Amino acid sequence: MSLLKISDLHVSVSDTPILKGVDLEIKQGEIHALMGPNGSGKSTLAYAMAGHPGYTITGGKIEIDGTNIIELDPNERARLGLFLAFQYPVVIPGVKVADFLRHAMSNVRNPDRKEGEKLIPMREFRKELLGQMNELGMDPEMARRYLNDGFSGGEKKRMEILQLAMLKPKFAVLDETDSGLDSDAVKVVSEGLSRLSGPEMGVLIITHHERLLEFNQPQFTHVMLAGRIVETGDANLAAELHEHGYSNIRERHPEAAAEEVVEAV
Amino acid sequence: MSTPSVNTSAAIPAGFGEAAFEAFLSTRDEPEWVTQSRRDAFKSYCELLESELDPEEFRRVDLRAMRPDRFQLNAASELSQDSADGNDTGTILKGQAEFAGHVTHIDGQLASNDLSAELAAKGVIFGDLAVVVRDHSDLIKKHFMTKAVDSETDRFSAWHAAFWTGGTVLYVPRNVSVEAPLHSLITLQAEKAADFSHTLIILEDGASATLLEETVSATTENLGLHVGAVELILGQEARLRYVQLQNWNQKAWHIAHQAGRVENNGFLQWTVGGIGAKLAHIHQDVVLDGRGAEAEVNGVTFSTEKQIHSFYTQQAHNAPETRSDLLYKQVLRDHSRAIWRGMILVEAEGQQTNGYQRNDSLMLSPTCRVDAIPGLEIEADDVRCTHGATAGRVDEEQIFYCMSRGMSEYEAMHMIVEGFFQTVFDRIPVEVVRETLNQAIIKKLGFGR
Ligand SMILES: Nc1ncnc2c1ncn2[C@@H]1O[C@H](COP(=O)(O)OP(=O)(O)O)[C@@H](O)[C@H]1O
Ligand SMILES: [Mg+2]
Repeated sequence: MSLLKISDLHVSVSDTPILKGVDLEIKQGEIHALMGPNGSGKSTLAYAMAGHPGYTITGGKIEIDGTNIIELDPNERARLGLFLAFQYPVVIPGVKVADFLRHAMSNVRNPDRKEGEKLIPMREFRKELLGQMNELGMDPEMARRYLNDGFSGGEKKRMEILQLAMLKPKFAVLDETDSGLDSDAVKVVSEGLSRLSGPEMGVLIITHHERLLEFNQPQFTHVMLAGRIVETGDANLAAELHEHGYSNIRERHPEAAAEEVVEAV
Repeated sequence: MSTPSVNTSAAIPAGFGEAAFEAFLSTRDEPEWVTQSRRDAFKSYCELLESELDPEEFRRVDLRAMRPDRFQLNAASELSQDSADGNDTGTILKGQAEFAGHVTHIDGQLASNDLSAELAAKGVIFGDLAVVVRDHSDLIKKHFMTKAVDSETDRFSAWHAAFWTGGTVLYVPRNVSVEAPLHSLITLQAEKAADFSHTLIILEDGASATLLEETVSATTENLGLHVGAVELILGQEARLRYVQLQNWNQKAWHIAHQAGRVENNGFLQWTVGGIGAKLAHIHQDVVLDGRGAEAEVNGVTFSTEKQIHSFYTQQAHNAPETRSDLLYKQVLRDHSRAIWRGMILVEAEGQQTNGYQRNDSLMLSPTCRVDAIPGLEIEADDVRCTHGATAGRVDEEQIFYCMSRGMSEYEAMHMIVEGFFQTVFDRIPVEVVRETLNQAIIKKLGFGR
């Protein structure tokens, strides 16, 4: 069983420290929820895990089965089985969904593949793509559209889930995949995720909403405040936060809350 | 191909001075009007060499290193059997589709030519200008540099008019449709060879055809010079798809005057691919002369190392209800430069016209440079004209997104570049052209380092 282990992670953005010592352990098969007010650093954690060049790791480790990945390029991390569903998926004009996914899949399925080497066979790929699109209630025509180009918010998020389905990562981070969606779309995404996650996948769900967690009951809930995970509990903690917001958390962690105030200025 | 009545054994001196011109003329067996037009053009050329090039067109194009005196025209018989045998060298189009005919030139001389018997029987002419000008003198005289390209425009048009070597001629009679594409291959082989080929396409009223033309070098290292012209003459309701894929080696100079004229309800679709050459400058005009005439112009260029790709495009609306639509997509890398100066001209007669021009460029390195300048000159008051130019670098967020899905940085870059070109490929209905252009681009992008 694989283990994703983050220890004492410090991350800066343009020389400003954002994450100030994050510890987190996710085993394959577990579902974790990460909550916290806006600006607390949740997306920063997600980007730092995926290897975004704008997020500088100034201390600590991110390990997959004991291999520290912080020096690895984003594609090497993906090939080790890490996946980020973006809060704001990127538009790539002129690149068809199917072509993009076929390249992505060829690399992730054959981690030793070099650029220019052969892609997974078209028939096999198409069969799987159409199957997964069908499961997610997507029009097969979407495969021919340019990636995220002119997509609605819901279509973009569904496209992220489709990529998750095709790439079958060991560890998936979903950054607010449910935000900005109407309730039908949230349902599709939630059901999609619950179908995909299982003993083979560890999931970190970053969310403000209850719905995604209803379908995907977390074993662990973490609360981030001013760049630190200040509390970890079970599904009840998530429910409490949904009901009462973050005021109790701030009261229980006055030092972190104070830093948060400084940051907001 | 030998022409016994002329002095085929004369060596033509290098360069393009008086002696070279006279020696060149002595190797040609041509109707009197051709000889006279060459003499007139040579005189203009000598005069125009003394005058400034139009700064609007040439300000950013540095031609100082060109040195015409280094290049050498072939006499008509000089094509060795060796090179004629290897006449498919470098082609990336031939064999990719079923063509109804081929014309191949090497170093300015015809190497081979064929046309389906069916089309020949319908009166279609497809061959080398040097031959057709003798066999169909009146037809050529009527269209050759009388309508589309004017030899007096500048030193390059005059230079070409004096020294043109041959070139591909396509004539399609009234109401004849040529369904399968035709192929024209222009090759440079010998060191310091010059090609002054002239492409002339005449579609009579209601005729239609597709011609795919490519210019290639047999070697990567031989210097070459192309001073060319393209004339596309479309009658009423004629439909032409013309593609010129410039794929010389990076030692070749390419200067060309290219113009298309379209009569009532005619449709010209013109695709230019700029991959090769050390420096390429193309003056490209589409002129819409008849009511309802349409032209669609697609440009795809990819410049690397120290290449310079320069285009001076004009879309002239001389009649009402005409439509022109130009889209250039240019990618640059290394220390290359792209220059595009576009102009939409609408005459007072051009009411209810629709003119569009757009140039998008993508810079893959901080050391390349783009100058893209759109322009409008409008005399009519009831028109719709839009223009625009964008230049940008590859978006880091796009690269990161692709990489987070397992692609290497290069693969991500390739994907984004191909996507950038895709929107112009979407406008090119001939699959073999899309495929070939895409392959040429991928080859140039190269994999790994
Ligand atoms: N690219 C960036 N440039 C500058 N500041 C950033 C950037 N990304 C995040 N930040 C800052 O880092 C902090 C955490 O942001 P983020 O991780 O997006 O929070 P969350 O996802 O929890 O809302 C905020 O103060 C935000 O302004
Ligand atoms: Mg966020």
